[in-house]
Amino acid sequence: MARSPRKAVARAKRAASRKTASKTAPKKKAPVKKAAARSASTPVYDAAGLKRQQAEVSRWKGSTLAKSLDKLPGRRDPFVTDSGIPIPELLTAVDRKGERFDEIGLPGEWPYTRGVQATMYRSRLWTMRQFAGFGTPKDTNERFKYLISHGMTGLSTAFDMPALMGYDADHPMSLGEVGKEGVAISTLKDFEILFDGIRLDQVTTSMTINASAIVALAMYIAVAEKQGVSMDKLGGTIQNDMLKEFIAQKEWIVGPRPAVRIVVDMIEFCSKHMPKWHPVSISGYHIREAGATAVQELAFTIADGIGYVEEGVKRGLPVDDFAPRLSFFWDVHNDFFEEIAKFRAARRMWAKIMRDRFGAKDPRSMMLRTHAQTAGVSLTAQQPYNNVVRVSLQGLAAVLGGTQSLHTNSLDETYALPTEESVTIALRTQQLIAHESGVDRVVDPLAGSYFVEHLTDEMEKRAFDYLRRIDEMGGIIRAVEEGYPQKEIGESAYRYQREVEEGDRLIVGLNAFKSDKDAPIDLLKIDERVAHEQVERLRRVRRERDQVSVDTALSMVEAACRDEKLNLMPPVIEAVKAYATLGEISDVFRKVWGQYREGGIF
Amino acid sequence: MTERKLRILVAKPGLDGHDRGAKIIARALRDAGMEVIYTGLHQTPEMIVSAAIQEDVDAIGMSIMSGAHMTLFPAVIELLRKQDAGDIRVFGGGIIPDDDIPQLKHKGVHEIFTPGSSTQDIVKWIKEHIPARA
Repeated sequence: MARSPRKAVARAKRAASRKTASKTAPKKKAPVKKAAARSASTPVYDAAGLKRQQAEVSRWKGSTLAKSLDKLPGRRDPFVTDSGIPIPELLTAVDRKGERFDEIGLPGEWPYTRGVQATMYRSRLWTMRQFAGFGTPKDTNERFKYLISHGMTGLSTAFDMPALMGYDADHPMSLGEVGKEGVAISTLKDFEILFDGIRLDQVTTSMTINASAIVALAMYIAVAEKQGVSMDKLGGTIQNDMLKEFIAQKEWIVGPRPAVRIVVDMIEFCSKHMPKWHPVSISGYHIREAGATAVQELAFTIADGIGYVEEGVKRGLPVDDFAPRLSFFWDVHNDFFEEIAKFRAARRMWAKIMRDRFGAKDPRSMMLRTHAQTAGVSLTAQQPYNNVVRVSLQGLAAVLGGTQSLHTNSLDETYALPTEESVTIALRTQQLIAHESGVDRVVDPLAGSYFVEHLTDEMEKRAFDYLRRIDEMGGIIRAVEEGYPQKEIGESAYRYQREVEEGDRLIVGLNAFKSDKDAPIDLLKIDERVAHEQVERLRRVRRERDQVSVDTALSMVEAACRDEKLNLMPPVIEAVKAYATLGEISDVFRKVWGQYREGGIF
Repeated sequence: MTERKLRILVAKPGLDGHDRGAKIIARALRDAGMEVIYTGLHQTPEMIVSAAIQEDVDAIGMSIMSGAHMTLFPAVIELLRKQDAGDIRVFGGGIIPDDDIPQLKHKGVHEIFTPGSSTQDIVKWIKEHIPARA
């Protein structure tokens, strides 16, 4: 659409008058620190300078811009981000006239928009944490050792579907799934092999497990104890975010309320006994991968975080006792600036929520620390080597967004778990970003960018709108029970697919720039030997253990399930030490609370 | 004689919960005028076959992301045959390597749609290859 200069001028005038009309004094908030108090209402741009710039911008819009658009109209109208946020022709200081210093702040200080550490990567690079797990515990143990020898700085464990859903390897539901999507785990014996030769006080470990997280954490504690490492020395993260399971990833054993109770038991236990452990990684990743937009990912994830804090507070835990150990996990998708803005907006939102809604006093409660992973869903099976490029752009966005740790996906992950070669390329991608691109040398380089600050504000505003709606519904647990986030995500996923199919959104190699022949790639195959070995070992453990101790331990687990005043962690630790299986412990949960099922709504 | 609408069961076997694809397909088939029943997650082959027979569907479309396709597809086809419902056609999609496709077809899977397939390709294929059963 060609535009007339007259229209452009009128538009600019309207925009300018809107800006003046909406000018209100920012609300003063209780500052965390004195420095923040001084800057609370400090404008970033001075009025006199803005006035001159305003005149320049108006002139530019009427002449240079109008002429240019007349000759060559925009390729799209309007341009929007992947979340649908309109992108103006140009942003200047005039559009940011209301910019307040306290909304941006300084690194390592409230409201943490610029990052949770003062020096960011100048003092310490992000943790390069490649998710690994497949086949037998021995296979994964070897991959861990390989990755450590290649410079990986933290372990990250993927579990197979039976373990994630609370089934032993020999359960009928486990048919065909043992060791396929992660490492197969049924008993403590498997954990002993998984971490063989790796001192657990020398590494930090991330475990991606949710519905049966309590069993996995208990096993980790038990293995450490056998190594002579007490649980207070264990560092790491367990994903353990059940709300996002009901919203997006759909791995569960029992329904939302008992599931959240188990999560809060673990938060409470860790706050008392495992000061270096992150008991929940509040995850947007799966929400995004299920089709959410960046705004929805931000909103629903923060809503989940609020849900856990509310439940913890309801139980009588002082917020500053457990909130510092909560951590987050974002997806990093294609829209470069929107992703960066998402990280910045998330930190600011969490800081405000923790201080203003929950009355947190400890700054660490207000700091949103995060892991990030590049978007698996953005990878294409077509022309798979292009995925290396996608991953490097996404990885760069995560770093510019200020992540604390990062997983970069491997080029073959649309088809299978990554091979050793492709996972090495993915790790090298991070090392390139860290050591060659130069972005590690500067803290939050995009602060003050008119566009990035604008997007950060827009993301925050839209996410807070969702949070208000969720509060009106009675909170996130209620919203999840009503299927609200699930439906919102389903709509976005369908819209995205339509846009791709109608050619409105171009995906290189998929609906544009196609090749006749895709370069073949080698795939990692998991054979049935794994299932066989697992079942063998499981049966041996069952034969050799003391059944009386197992039965006693399981009855203690059941008693704790039935009494909300008891914490489930101690009896689950005792049960795994007696070699009760993951499936048996999950069966106790099913017996007490019932197996959760979701209806077939689409 | 008015043409009977095609009835399709979209099924999600196994333990993986990645239902974005299954739900998108279910909607696209419905938008294309078919009657669609979605099983929901975590179905065993027995549950899928029993739903297919009960709902009197013309075909079952299965979505599998967990790598268990070599076990689960044949299990469903085998059960359909055992229950005299071998005329219900089975197709599917998900993360399925090219190398596995000939073997799956040999075992009776009519078509496999790999990542990147468009919903319109799937609609077109169904209309061309799935006859409404009497």
